[in-house]
Amino acid sequence: MTAMRATRAPELIGPGPPRLLAGVSSAGAPSTLDEHLSVYGQLPPAGAIDLPALVDASGLRGLGGAGFPTATKLRAVASQRGRPFVVANGAEGEPISGKDKVLVRYLPHLVLDGAAAAAHALGAREAIVALSRADRDGIDALSAAIAERGGGLDKRVRLRAVAVPDGFVAGEETALVQFLNRGVAKPTFTPPLPFERGVGKAPTLVQNVETLAQLALIARFGPVWFRAVGTADEPGSALVTISGAVAEPGVYEVALGTPLRELVAQAGGVTEHVRAFLVGGFFGSWLGEREAADASLLEGDLRSRGARLGARAIVVLPTSACGICETARAMRYLADSSAGQCGPCVYGLDAIARSFERLAAQQSRDERKQLSRWIQQVRGRGACRHPDGAAAFATSALKVFARESELHLRGRCEGKRRVLPIPGIAA
Amino acid sequence: MKRVRVNPITCEGHGLCAELLPERIQLDEWGFPIVDPEPVAGEAARHAARAVEACPTLALLLEAASDRSR
Repeated sequence: MTAMRATRAPELIGPGPPRLLAGVSSAGAPSTLDEHLSVYGQLPPAGAIDLPALVDASGLRGLGGAGFPTATKLRAVASQRGRPFVVANGAEGEPISGKDKVLVRYLPHLVLDGAAAAAHALGAREAIVALSRADRDGIDALSAAIAERGGGLDKRVRLRAVAVPDGFVAGEETALVQFLNRGVAKPTFTPPLPFERGVGKAPTLVQNVETLAQLALIARFGPVWFRAVGTADEPGSALVTISGAVAEPGVYEVALGTPLRELVAQAGGVTEHVRAFLVGGFFGSWLGEREAADASLLEGDLRSRGARLGARAIVVLPTSACGICETARAMRYLADSSAGQCGPCVYGLDAIARSFERLAAQQSRDERKQLSRWIQQVRGRGACRHPDGAAAFATSALKVFARESELHLRGRCEGKRRVLPIPGIAA
Repeated sequence: MKRVRVNPITCEGHGLCAELLPERIQLDEWGFPIVDPEPVAGEAARHAARAVEACPTLALLLEAASDRSR
């Protein structure tokens, strides 16, 4: 293991002082290279560490939502023939998540360190950081940081920022690779996966920017430090985006395993009575207020409740909003966000969204059986997981808002407030 | 052992596959195939090969049942 360098490892004990976010300046500006180095220290030289081994021992998993073990992905790319390529994915298309934007905007050098360290470990000569076109602050912060570093950490890895089209599906791994290759931000049929054939046909590591920022800290401080917070199965800290009926919505860093109610307290507490929580973003699930009461921010815990932690985007739905109406709006957004390539996604999600819209509009016909069948039917039938994510979300709505759907069928709705931010639609 | 799989991007829902391989393929209400991933053998394998050849957009694939892809 690497010796600690001049800088002390940032600490995080429960909700409280940040670790990953230790370098966020109180002035609200992106950290400069000097500020960055004074907080986190230098990355150890590439030859001095065995990065895949450190990442493996740390138990780091992808923080973009899928949770795939990062060491496995690194090794899969390394096992391919040809010089690899690295893509840092900061194209956060999920409307209720803001953590990647916050990270890139405030700590661009930490993201660049992670991309450079991964590139060094794999022998890649180039790393691209992909950001959403609409994320002007992120693009500016990152471009300035790259300029400050003179293009690369030690000139062996060329770092580049690339703006990708906005949209929910554009950040999907194969969509990102296809955009970088031929300007089309739509998922592709797999195999080949990016680790086999990605950017310029090279074996390509696509990692979420937060994953790479964590990797940059693991390279410095090692797995024992990483595991000092979190649980044995789900170690470390992670960024969470919380919004809805809380006093201080925003992005927080928490130790994995933090109780949901502690996160809510950290976000200033609830501002109204709570009906439910949306956990894991629009690809996640609704959790009723009761089931969520003693939940903790762990994939394992949430799975046992029929939900998933995903990219850790959470919305607190107050009783002044209706779960069926909110689900109808989100389903319409998901259906309209389809890349439009696969029939089952194009027609199936639209049918599901229409069905929820009719239920929300209190049309009295009970079509929930047909709706459930459509939901079952779209799973696994797209080139990417878009229909699967939408199906999981819809399934949880029918379960958690069973009482609300009964009310709707009888012409009643309990709340008119709009809480979910849907791009292009006013709340 | 082989199994059939559809490339949903190239599939345009012509539906020939469901006629030629009813053992594994049904159509949804919009005419797109719902494929049973169970491996095909014997007569079903012959039907599968014919369905793959008949697909106008070459969207139907026969692949090794051990492939990691879904």
